[in-house]
Amino acid sequence: MSPQPKVLKALNIISLVLLIGGYYLSLFYAPTEKVMGNVQRVFYFHVATAWVGMLGFLLAALFAVIYLAKKDLKWDAYGLAAVEISLVFFFITIVLGSIWARPAWGTWWTWEPRLTTAAILELIYLAYLMLRQGIEDPEQRARFGAVYTILGGLSIPLTLVSIRMFRTIHPVVIGSGGSEKMGMTDSMVFVMLYCIVAFSIIFANMYWHRLRLGQLAEQVEQAKMKLEL
Amino acid sequence: MIEVKSLIKRFGLKNVLAGVNFSAIPGEFVVLLGPNGAGKTTFLRILASLSRPTLGSVLVAGFKLPSEAAEVRMRLGVVSHNPLLYGDLTAEENLDFFGRLYNIHGRDSRIHEVLGLVGLSARRRDLVRTFSRGMQQRLSIARSVLHDPDVILFDEPYTGLDQDASEMLDGVLKSVAAAGRTVVMTSHDLARAEDLGTRFDVLNNGKIENSIKKQDMGTENLLAYYKRVLAG
Amino acid sequence: MSREQKPKADYFKSIMAITRKDLSAELRSRELLSAMLVFSLLVILIYYFTLELDIKNRNAITAGALWVTFSFAGTLGLNRSMAIEKDRGCLDGLLLAPVDRSVIFFGKALSNLAFMFIVEAIVIPVYAIMYNVNLLIPGFLGVTILGSVGYISVGTLISAMSVQTRTRDVLLPILLFPLVIPILVAAVKASNGYLLNLQWSEISPWINVLLVYNVIFLAVSFMVFDQVVEE
Repeated sequence: MSPQPKVLKALNIISLVLLIGGYYLSLFYAPTEKVMGNVQRVFYFHVATAWVGMLGFLLAALFAVIYLAKKDLKWDAYGLAAVEISLVFFFITIVLGSIWARPAWGTWWTWEPRLTTAAILELIYLAYLMLRQGIEDPEQRARFGAVYTILGGLSIPLTLVSIRMFRTIHPVVIGSGGSEKMGMTDSMVFVMLYCIVAFSIIFANMYWHRLRLGQLAEQVEQAKMKLEL
Repeated sequence: MIEVKSLIKRFGLKNVLAGVNFSAIPGEFVVLLGPNGAGKTTFLRILASLSRPTLGSVLVAGFKLPSEAAEVRMRLGVVSHNPLLYGDLTAEENLDFFGRLYNIHGRDSRIHEVLGLVGLSARRRDLVRTFSRGMQQRLSIARSVLHDPDVILFDEPYTGLDQDASEMLDGVLKSVAAAGRTVVMTSHDLARAEDLGTRFDVLNNGKIENSIKKQDMGTENLLAYYKRVLAG
Repeated sequence: MSREQKPKADYFKSIMAITRKDLSAELRSRELLSAMLVFSLLVILIYYFTLELDIKNRNAITAGALWVTFSFAGTLGLNRSMAIEKDRGCLDGLLLAPVDRSVIFFGKALSNLAFMFIVEAIVIPVYAIMYNVNLLIPGFLGVTILGSVGYISVGTLISAMSVQTRTRDVLLPILLFPLVIPILVAAVKASNGYLLNLQWSEISPWINVLLVYNVIFLAVSFMVFDQVVEE
């Protein structure tokens, strides 16, 4: 295995700096929200992790389609890496949402459409990993994984729509129509955008590491096979 | 007719078939020998259009695989160690079902004919689940020749059969092969294979390592030949 | 060795051949339907004690209770229906036949749907009698049919995958349920609308969700089915 390329090493440091910056901006720089108070500060990471979680999920669906068309196992590895990282980010999103919900609505869990959809998405990811675990042949595993990712990708928007129709009590951040619209000052918007960009870069960094890990695992497999021969 | 050129099949990182060249003409009964894990079943599954080749060209009954799979399937019969039959249907219903999928004209008379061929006419209204292993295997052969295929593949047809059932199967296999078809069979049972085959190919390490026609074997028997090939 | 074309079997006739085969095998063994039915009836009995289905709650809970029953009983049927194909190598037999792979999908989906309808046709009247609710409302029955179509189309595809894995029986509900949540939500809401005599404007959005889901998932399941059964 070749050592980490220079760009990746630089990215490691940039990610760390961006993360620290994110903590500073959201905890100290951003003004305290009038209605919800300090707890609203989790909002910045909540939105940013949800964004990259969604990004990973979209990437996975895209790679699934490409895999089925091309049948090259590299696309399967890309998809799996995206799912695994997304799984972690969505988990953070849900936990942060929960922390926010406690003082804001008085319960740890609200059946808010996006939060509920994120939880269902987590379950789809877990089911995806369990499906992969049950299959020996790498090509079959990749095919089934891709099919399941596509089905998940198609069902999620419908799930979101149907749960939103079911009930909605979430402050609508962007766009109009929400009754509990949150008043965001310019500096709040800045922190939110900063966190979204920062987490996108952190995502890219982790994704790169995860892909290298996958390649390493494959090299180990190959080395093992050579030993067997 | 079967024609396979530099066929490679990869499972993950492993080449199960590493460049197989193989051909068989009508009237030939090729017995495919080889140790366990040599890729015999994989090779047969590719010929049967059930598995896609990774690389190489495969021609079965004059049509390319996998692109012309539907045409190949019309002209191909397969018997594996699994019976590929439904236990809760009668012999006749099983054949009727497959007859519909193969779009066979004069289905009833053809079913009657093949049931006679494998000696199961008397049991045609019995559920397949009540059949012995040997009877199921014979019915499976009836299913495989229902549409009068040009090419027939047998994957270990003798698995789990006792002496009597095996002898009965011998007769059925011979009559099926006699009609100018191309037959490929994998088998562990060298004594039976020697009697049936007209050519013997050894698949080892993902390649056809040797091929010999029955008339060229001389006084050497199949067992000796097989041992000699495997010893290198 | 001729390259002349042999006539292939008619698309719809082949689908019907597969469905007919499943139905007549099931008519003999009755193992799939009896498992689904006995399970459903047991669950309905259990509801009485666990959900306290007193008269006040009944109308609001009925649709949900029935859909939970249908979806769990459905996995029993889907599992069994695919296991029959897989265990004796019959799936290979189907794949060897010169029919399009979508024929196999539609044939299996149609027989699974038939099993689902049979179970529903028995469970709904039994529930209606036991809990004294009127369920013979055309709209309610229509929603049940619509929801079942979506559930079975995804279920047939997923069961074709799960049956090929090591953890087969356990995996089907885990893979299937997170995908059918829109169906469950929409079917329950729309059924409730009919049971509580709500206006069409409150029911129609849910019918739309069901329709959209059915169209999307029927199309996709049919398109990717060959990826699931072929090597």
